[in-house]
Parts: sequence; structure tokens; C-alpha cells
Amino acid sequence: MIVASPKSITELKSIIGGHKKVLFAGCGTCVTVCLAGGEREIGILSYAVRMARKIDRMPVEISQVTIERQCENEFLKDLAEPASRVEAIVSFGCGAGVQAIAERFPDKPVYAGLNTQFLGVLEEQAVWAEKCLGCGDCMLAQFGGICPVTRCAKRLLNGPCGGSLETRCEVDPDRPCAWQLIYQRLKNIGQLERLENVIPPKDWSTAWYGGARKIVRKEHQV
Amino acid sequence: MIHTGAQETIPKSRIKRENTLGSEPQVLVFCCEYCARSAAVLAGVRRMQYSPGVRIIPVPCTGKIEMEHILEAFDKGVDGVLVVGCLEGGCHHVDGNLRAGKRVERIRELLDEIGLAGERLRMVCLADSMARDFVRNIEDITQVVRRLGANPLRELVREESAGTL
Repeated sequence: MIVASPKSITELKSIIGGHKKVLFAGCGTCVTVCLAGGEREIGILSYAVRMARKIDRMPVEISQVTIERQCENEFLKDLAEPASRVEAIVSFGCGAGVQAIAERFPDKPVYAGLNTQFLGVLEEQAVWAEKCLGCGDCMLAQFGGICPVTRCAKRLLNGPCGGSLETRCEVDPDRPCAWQLIYQRLKNIGQLERLENVIPPKDWSTAWYGGARKIVRKEHQV
Repeated sequence: MIHTGAQETIPKSRIKRENTLGSEPQVLVFCCEYCARSAAVLAGVRRMQYSPGVRIIPVPCTGKIEMEHILEAFDKGVDGVLVVGCLEGGCHHVDGNLRAGKRVERIRELLDEIGLAGERLRMVCLADSMARDFVRNIEDITQVVRRLGANPLRELVREESAGTL
């Protein structure tokens, strides 16, 4: 899922600026699961921002709506009515959600309330870890299901750097060495011979370095 | 009696008392009904005195207190909030008090950022027999709030309702 974290109250206050009626739009999918932009979180943040603005003697009226998914136009229609009553919208979706709302409401200022971070998994309650870079050319089959592109600090494709300390990454000892994990995993599944394959330099044109990407699945188009 | 809603009824005597609180700090105390509530009752039975601006709200467990509940209290002008839960390991709902402690820490950070001073919020853990500690903690937070001054939002709430803000 997409993992995000909320902006600080100070930043939210500065983003809202002089608007007096604002809509806080939550998203009920990824950012709800990562406890950043769901109904509960925007409830807390709207209290905090409202109080902060009142103390600055610039009261702001904040309404809240959380829709199922901000990144799908179909669900955005539920924002139309509440959006018509405000001066600006603060989206608590990921970056895609913010842009989808901005496209849907071209005459309304739309701001981001979250910092979108990465594609990751829930490791334990309230702890998320990055697992995927979205490079557009998945090589996980080569590495026993552990991605060195994302999880090795140096993105090495042909073995460890030699700087790891025991089983920890030398860049951040709190992180396991991805290549140690790959070796252990391939050993466990009896595929150590995969390490003898020399991986050529990665083609990064499939990643965002080649500009914003688009996928068209003709068989599903109507 | 004055009726404020379908279920709530406030005696006139209490309203009169609230109107005469003057500059007395208004402190809300969320009490877990398994420990702090009993400590409050014990303090009452022993005729122990604490600030008249204190209001007690019993809750089934401190883990049941949402962050919005505390923020709303401050938004409406309360000067200080004390959350009183069971001693570590003594929560009837296993870890409700520990969860509440983490939430309180987060709200303190938010209050600091808002400019309201996180010191206005505090959580303590005690057992049902600790009436003396219960009263001491109430007095402590009342002193802290007295030092910090009234919640600036209380006056602003009045101005807002009068349309002068």
C-alpha cells in the first residue's frame, strides 16, 4: 500500500493561509490503513488546526468528508457538494489523490495535507517499512522475493558491498543488509545458484526517470 | 431543574456554582471507573479538599478516551486535563492505560505546536486505594494551569459566539 505521514500543524496552518472555509478531505483506502489520512486522523487534525487558527485570531471553519478512494473519479462525486461550500480543499490522500481532486475541481485551490512516503507493508502495529520502489521492471524472481533495488541502500544487483556489519546495513545499522536476506532466502528455497547469474545494469527508463508513466489495458477499456 | 437535552439534566444549584467559579482554573479529570473513580469516591468519603474548578468524567477505561475527546475539551476552553488510569499491569482491559499514555503524549506534542502548552495535559496511574495521590495530582495540575494562565481559547469561544472575533 501507499504509506504517508501527516504534515505538521504549523505547515497545515501555513498551507491554508487566509482561507476561512476549508474542506478536509480524507481517503478511505491506503492512508486510512496507515493511520495518516482517514476519518479519525482528519478529525484530530481539524481540531488542532482550528484551535491553532483561533489562537492566532484568524478562525477557520473546517468541514470534513472522507471518501472511499480519492484516486478514482467515480468516488470524487461525493466531494462535489461539500466542496461547493468552501474556499479551498486540503486533501489527506496520497499525491495521486490530491491531483485527482485538483483535476476534478479546476476552480478550487487544492492543497496536500500529507507527505506521501513510499510503497510499503505493515511490519507491526503502527510501523511501516518500504518494500517497493515502483521501478516498472520487477526483478524479484532473481532475488528470492527480496528487492535489492529498494532495500539495499546502494541498490547493488550483484552481491553485497562488503561493508555490512554482521547482518546489518552499514548505511543504517537499524536496517538488515538486503543481500544477507537474499542469500538466506535463496539458501532456504534451494536456489543459491541464482547468485551465479550476472545481472546487467538496470534499465531505469521504465522507472519515473523517463517521465510520468501511463498504463493502458486495452482488453478492459470501454 | 434545567433540561439541556433529551437525557441530561443539570441542577440549578450546580449552574449557579459554575457561574461563580471566577478565576478558578477549570480542570477536567477523565477517571477510569476501575481505579481513579474509586479513588475519587474515597477522597470524597474522607472529605479531602481540592479545587472547585475540577470536573470528573468517569470512563470505562482510559484506553476508551479518543484523542478528539481531549482536544474538544481544550477547544471549548478547559484550562487543563488530567487522565487517571490504572497502575501499569493493572488495567482491566489489559493495556488500555498504556495506549492512553501514548495518545496523551501525542496530544501534548500537538498542544505545544498549537501554542497551548502541552503541560496542560497530564496522565497519571494509580490504584483505587490511592485517594491521597489522586487529590495531590489534581492539585499539581491545578497549580500548573494556574501558573500558565487561563486557556486563551475560552475567551475566544465567547468572542466567537458574540461575533466579535
